[in-house]
Amino acid sequence: MPASESSYTFPVPKTPIDSIDSLQTALRKRKYLAQRGLATSVFLALKLQRPLFLEGEAGVGKTEVAKVLADILQTELIRMQCYEGLDVHHAVYEWNYARQILHIRLAEARGDRPDEAELFGPEFLLRRPLLQAIEGRREKPPVLLVDEIDRSDEEFEAYLLEILSDFQITIPEIGTVRAERPPVVVITSNRTREVHDALKRRCLYHWIDYPSFDDELAIVREKVPGASARLAREVAGFVSELRRADLFKVPGVAETLDWAAALVALDRQALDPQIVSETLGALLKYQDDVEKIRGDAARTLLDRMKVGA
Amino acid sequence: MSGRLLGNLLRFGKVLRGLGLDAGPARMIGVAQALEHVSIGNKSDFHDAARSLLVRRREDMALFDRAFEAFWRKPVSGETSLDLRALGEQRRWRSPAFAPPAPQGDSRAPEAGGQDPPASAVVLTYSPAEVLRHKDFGQLTGEELTAVRASIAGLAWRLAVRRTRRTRPGHGRLPDLRRTLRHSLSSGGEVVIWERRERKTRPRPLVVLADVSGSMERYTRLVVLFLYALAEGLDPSVEVFAFGTRLTRITKELAGRDPEEALARAARAVPDWSGGTRIGESLKAFNYRWARRVLSRGAVVIVISDGWDRGEPELLAREMARLQRSAHRVIWLNPLLGSPRYEPLARGIRAALPFVDDFLPVHNLSSLEDLARRLEALPGPRAPRRQAPAAAGA
Repeated sequence: MPASESSYTFPVPKTPIDSIDSLQTALRKRKYLAQRGLATSVFLALKLQRPLFLEGEAGVGKTEVAKVLADILQTELIRMQCYEGLDVHHAVYEWNYARQILHIRLAEARGDRPDEAELFGPEFLLRRPLLQAIEGRREKPPVLLVDEIDRSDEEFEAYLLEILSDFQITIPEIGTVRAERPPVVVITSNRTREVHDALKRRCLYHWIDYPSFDDELAIVREKVPGASARLAREVAGFVSELRRADLFKVPGVAETLDWAAALVALDRQALDPQIVSETLGALLKYQDDVEKIRGDAARTLLDRMKVGA
Repeated sequence: MSGRLLGNLLRFGKVLRGLGLDAGPARMIGVAQALEHVSIGNKSDFHDAARSLLVRRREDMALFDRAFEAFWRKPVSGETSLDLRALGEQRRWRSPAFAPPAPQGDSRAPEAGGQDPPASAVVLTYSPAEVLRHKDFGQLTGEELTAVRASIAGLAWRLAVRRTRRTRPGHGRLPDLRRTLRHSLSSGGEVVIWERRERKTRPRPLVVLADVSGSMERYTRLVVLFLYALAEGLDPSVEVFAFGTRLTRITKELAGRDPEEALARAARAVPDWSGGTRIGESLKAFNYRWARRVLSRGAVVIVISDGWDRGEPELLAREMARLQRSAHRVIWLNPLLGSPRYEPLARGIRAALPFVDDFLPVHNLSSLEDLARRLEALPGPRAPRRQAPAAAGA
């Protein structure tokens, strides 16, 4: 790597993403350990300029993909958190009524009548995430993260589909805004409901699974550097046993990391049944799951893990 | 790209289409474009790339993987496509263990004639209709059954609605700044009238858990038929699951125009239609696997069962408690309630009852009509429930 590049970075990516390998390396450099399949989907999303639809259980690192991607591409991340009832005024644009009224008053004070064209001009427009993503004059297209789309409703899905088809938005008072270069779009879903097929059709689809023991161990080592080699191994091993247990909600990677961090904070070097029972709340978020694992079950899982290791 | 590869891709697409995946030529050309960025020499990358372009549901991933393996293992030949066709069959009719049972109780099953009965035959004069309305489904003759089915199909009710978070211009409490400002322009910026918005409403999602074990079969059929009539036109918000010893989702089988045909299809999809009952296990399967996906947005859950459970009552109580916590309302329909002497003494029903919001009979047409009225008039936002402490500890 040339030493001169740090002083002056014109928007050329430091390492061009020209293969799945280089993308995987770039992700790894930012502490995101992606399986090959995920790296392939992300790579294709960039090359084919298609939205990437990431589905998976909570806490497997879907949102993180978009954040890391924005960092790799050295571009802005525009995040839109979905919720039920999300509408055009919160997703695309809204008029700044307070300023408009002020403007009218000022015009009155001067004895003018407010000019409608002026009142509904770009100056009074509040740009919400979708508009920001396609409008700005940037050197590089941004990364648009549409997070947890399963929380929105059908109306919003239909609207999003429209925008993803041609990356343009029509504001009646102003006209049509078109993206010079379409944003990199990442859509995530926890699958609390099925998202409509029409939307998925436009996207590259990838299901992010829980990581294997080895991958999860690597993630713990990477993200919780304070954990000893032994602790990291035991944490990853225990969690992967736990995922096989009959639970209402099994822990995701995010929970594994929380737990590892908690154990480090408690200055633990290894697992024992008691500390597992005491810190289970970091892993399991339902009372009856905690009840089920606390005590004997935790001991059994620990034993099984040690045999397996 | 070589023409041969493209040809193979299109053939592969045809195989996938045969399996029910969306892989038309246009989409396969999309795959070909993707291959310009991925080295085809790396089979696993090729596989990942093709899959992320062609599969859109986790459920289809395994099917795709097997088709991919079978197709790209060796040169295309008729032999491989044969294997795959078998794969497709598997997908469409998952182990039709039994032939669909004909409606029981009478040898003259209405379908047996092979022709639809003329419409006039099912129009009843007032008094027989009135008798029919109160006759237990279990005692209907073939003809009466036909008449009841026709009446059910003719029911026209709406599901209760809930207020969504979307608004429209109206007389609600939310100010409509946009329209207010627009109108104020005509009066020189003076706000004369405050425009308002109100919340939109939508039918509540309905989730049906139907017991299809031996004793319940006839009731279940008619109730599903009834719900079908109720749900027509708002299909996306109704989910139907059948259970006996296992839980099976039959929403997809029920999608279609003809309810009778749909029921037959559903029966084929359920491995234990008319078998025994393990309600607790089945509810647990629902809670663990499906609840998060279908119980959002204030769903109403309808359980249809007589409560004869061969499993542990503790399990049933625990899973009912969980079910009630995640649903807007839990309605339990029990045909046995139609009998004046019935008391809910069976272990199963006693375990479940504390976690049921409405416990209703469902043994005749009249009770179905009551149910329809109730579904239409379900109260909106409700006060928080207080479950018996046994629920948490169990």
